[in-house]
Amino acid sequence: MSELLDLNLVEASEALKNKKISSLELTKAYLKSIGDTSSLGAYLEIVENKAINMAKESDKKLIDGTARPLEGIPIGIKDMFCTKDIKTTASSKILENFIPTYESTVTQNLWNDGAVILGKLSCDEFAMGSSNETAAKGNVINPWLKNKKMSPGGSSGGSAAAVAARSALAATGTDTGGSIRQPAAFCGITGLKPTYGRCSRWGIVAFSSSLDQAGPLTRTVSDAALMLNSMAGYDQKDSTSANLKMPDLMDYLDKGIKGKKIGIPKEYTQDGISEDIVNFYEKSIDWLKDEGAEIIPVSLPHTKYALPAYYIIAPAEASSNLARYDGVRYGARHEASSLDEMYELTRGNGFGDEVKRRIMIGTYVLSSGYYDAYYLKAQKVRRLIKEDFENVYKKVDYILTPSTPTTSFELGKKQDPLTMYLNDVFTVPASLAGLPGISLPVGLDKSGLPIGIQLIANSFDEPGLISIARVLEMCAGFNFIADGAAK
Amino acid sequence: MNDTSTLKPGHIQGETGIWEMVIGLEIHAQISSKSKLFSGASASFGSEANRNVSLVDAAMPGMLPVINEFCVEQAVKTGLALNAKINNVSVFDRKNYFYADLPQGYQISQFTKPIVGEGEIIVDLDNGEQTTIGIERLHLEQDAGKSLHDQHPTKSYIDLNRTGVALMEIVSKPDIRSPQEAGAYVKKIRSILRYIGACDGNMEEGSLRADCNVSVRKSGEEFGTRCEIKNLNSIRFIIQAIQSEAERQVDILEQGGTIDQETRLFDTSTGETRSMRSKEDAHDYRYFPDPDLLPLEFTESWVQDIKEKLPELPDSLKKRLVKDFGITSYDASILVEEKDYVDFYQQAANGRDGKLTANWMITELFGALKKDNLSFSESPITTENLGELISLISNGTISGKIAKEVFSEMMKSKKSPSEIVKEKGLEQVSDNSEILKLIDQVILDNQDKVNEYLSGKDKLFGFFVGQVMKLSQGKANPGVVNKLLKEKLK
Repeated sequence: MSELLDLNLVEASEALKNKKISSLELTKAYLKSIGDTSSLGAYLEIVENKAINMAKESDKKLIDGTARPLEGIPIGIKDMFCTKDIKTTASSKILENFIPTYESTVTQNLWNDGAVILGKLSCDEFAMGSSNETAAKGNVINPWLKNKKMSPGGSSGGSAAAVAARSALAATGTDTGGSIRQPAAFCGITGLKPTYGRCSRWGIVAFSSSLDQAGPLTRTVSDAALMLNSMAGYDQKDSTSANLKMPDLMDYLDKGIKGKKIGIPKEYTQDGISEDIVNFYEKSIDWLKDEGAEIIPVSLPHTKYALPAYYIIAPAEASSNLARYDGVRYGARHEASSLDEMYELTRGNGFGDEVKRRIMIGTYVLSSGYYDAYYLKAQKVRRLIKEDFENVYKKVDYILTPSTPTTSFELGKKQDPLTMYLNDVFTVPASLAGLPGISLPVGLDKSGLPIGIQLIANSFDEPGLISIARVLEMCAGFNFIADGAAK
Repeated sequence: MNDTSTLKPGHIQGETGIWEMVIGLEIHAQISSKSKLFSGASASFGSEANRNVSLVDAAMPGMLPVINEFCVEQAVKTGLALNAKINNVSVFDRKNYFYADLPQGYQISQFTKPIVGEGEIIVDLDNGEQTTIGIERLHLEQDAGKSLHDQHPTKSYIDLNRTGVALMEIVSKPDIRSPQEAGAYVKKIRSILRYIGACDGNMEEGSLRADCNVSVRKSGEEFGTRCEIKNLNSIRFIIQAIQSEAERQVDILEQGGTIDQETRLFDTSTGETRSMRSKEDAHDYRYFPDPDLLPLEFTESWVQDIKEKLPELPDSLKKRLVKDFGITSYDASILVEEKDYVDFYQQAANGRDGKLTANWMITELFGALKKDNLSFSESPITTENLGELISLISNGTISGKIAKEVFSEMMKSKKSPSEIVKEKGLEQVSDNSEILKLIDQVILDNQDKVNEYLSGKDKLFGFFVGQVMKLSQGKANPGVVNKLLKEKLK
């Protein structure tokens, strides 16, 4: 069995197409490893029968030569994606029994390309959190230093943990301020947040509509390219989706980076960043220089305002997006004698503390008398941050930064929300600017936890991002497997 | 108390002097669109509850709005018809509040950047005068659903069929000074909307409803504190509600009180307004740009294309009717009130006496329809038949008097006028020799009156005409009778 788990997505796809393995045996291997790693709590819902049926369908297509790009590949889906006839809760009690009658565009794209669903993956409640601890059903455990019970990061903590633990060959995630890149960094895998508008948001439970973006969490850069090839695409049902054709990312894996200019922003080496991460950051710079890139120091002067602006804009949108969970039409309802009381009890019991906190912050910053001082100002800051990037991209092709200021932390240790929010300090600016970013593992820190490095490209330059990430990946040669991974 | 019968409309005589009303209207017009503003669900009226509800309307998780282009076009069309500025960039905002029939928890509307800016329309008043009312803005928004509180002793039922239906909110400037003006304004807006087909204007079905902002002041003073009367769905109620609300405010002010800014409802059974919620209870709607929707942007040439396709509007049509058919401006304004009227009129009057046609249509036809309680579309008289009647009068086949008889027969039997004239032998007698016979008979029978006339009592001429007409059973051509009598009695 373990040889099957050793294959990454691209390798498994090759083996399937060459009929060395079948989707059914691959899928069964993953279903077994879901069972073997169940103590991590990555899965909220496992759809074994559906997985087996889809695998059998894929095997037919593999045999009759009509295989599609992801034919027979077993993957996990973050619980923010609505999946038809499969419970979709966004890790919230308020949606604990919600079964959509529709399929999100991104997951439908994956099924159309032959992928096989294993189940739904835990995340922070409504994707609000950076440690997966806000999930209604409890946190997920990072497969690295498993016995120490480290956080897998968040909000796509279940997705990152499952890929790192080899209980999914790949997974989908959503990233609003770092929710793909930060958990990917914590779990030693690759996480790609595409340009805002690349993937349709239709059918993804909304957190912050102007920031939410779906993307893949995978073992390798080429796996991410293959996944994103299928996930991305224009969708008329999402007015903010970009009507741009994305080239086949697999064509950009081996383009190299000779002559490319890489910006090193001085604002990203702040106090509080771990020494091991700084070391690997510097190493990464040297590797890229050795591969022929030109390293250029740059400045993104408004970076320090990104986090405060983010924590106004995202909660503001969330406070409105989450108003629909009112107990009237679906989801949990707490019966009461008046409408207002029903709202209070339903929402009071249905939402967790972090979600309530953000709804309150969001409601506050949009209130009359505060709107100008908070929401409007935050939007101005957002524009300045965008301009920072635009200016820098006149001089360089890509920006290299650490993914996070620290590696993973023990679950239950970071209780103060503000400290928690600092986790996203390096990922939030690209989110506000709508830019594509990727985090990939480059090494382990002294305690043996993975370190992630982030690359940020200009809008819709996913092909370039894949090229440079692939170079960095080969330089780093990260080939460690988490101790908590399925064997 | 002074005699109030001489007061101008919109004025209220109080103990301390005359008060003037200041009125502004917000009209909600449902766009005549097959589907909703942001979803593909049907926008039709009268379906079984919750039949026309898409996943977007029900605000299921992850659902996104997509703008209905047809509705945008209707709003631009309406803006152009209101002589208003079209904003080539406008933004959809979320208006946040909780209610059971508002699934999203917010209404998508336009707040700071509406699709249409300032404009103005000319309003025709009953006394034949005209006044100009300013338009502040027009914006697009979604309708909410319907709560049914009378279906169950302890529960409320929700019908989401209306949820997401496209509305245009047309906001006037506070330029209106009397309830009658307010009524005329709504009539004019409704007429324009029907001409361009943007809204069916059906107030009974709720396609057109108005919120009225009313305040009172002494002439020349600053505006007073206003109250808003919500959701009026007939012109009669609008007039009644404004009058009663203004009187209520005057009473309070005259007793030394102050007006609380509040939202009020009009009780149609008592004819009075009552408080719905005070300013303190007003929602903080937390408007912000909807991140699910891009700003609406269109080019000047797109707007120009719509402008060129606009049908002729009531004001220009009115001028043309006066010019082409020689009718009075007052008659023209009545005819252009509804597109159906003007189409009917133009066809009936085509190649005929325009003035005569207008008179027959406005006085006789409208009067008869009203008497029989029929709507215009139910008229038993077709435009062809009215036209034929006008021709029969003009060419002397029948007299005006006989025409009335024919007309009432037309109302009853729906037959054509020539058919009726033939059946009943009502053709006018214009033959000189036949009429001369009648004149001779009248002179013979009234020799004494003839003498009086010849000795200078000119007024008796009408008597002779009448006698001749009577003798002909109304069929003699009065023109010919006149002419021959004058010659005979020289």
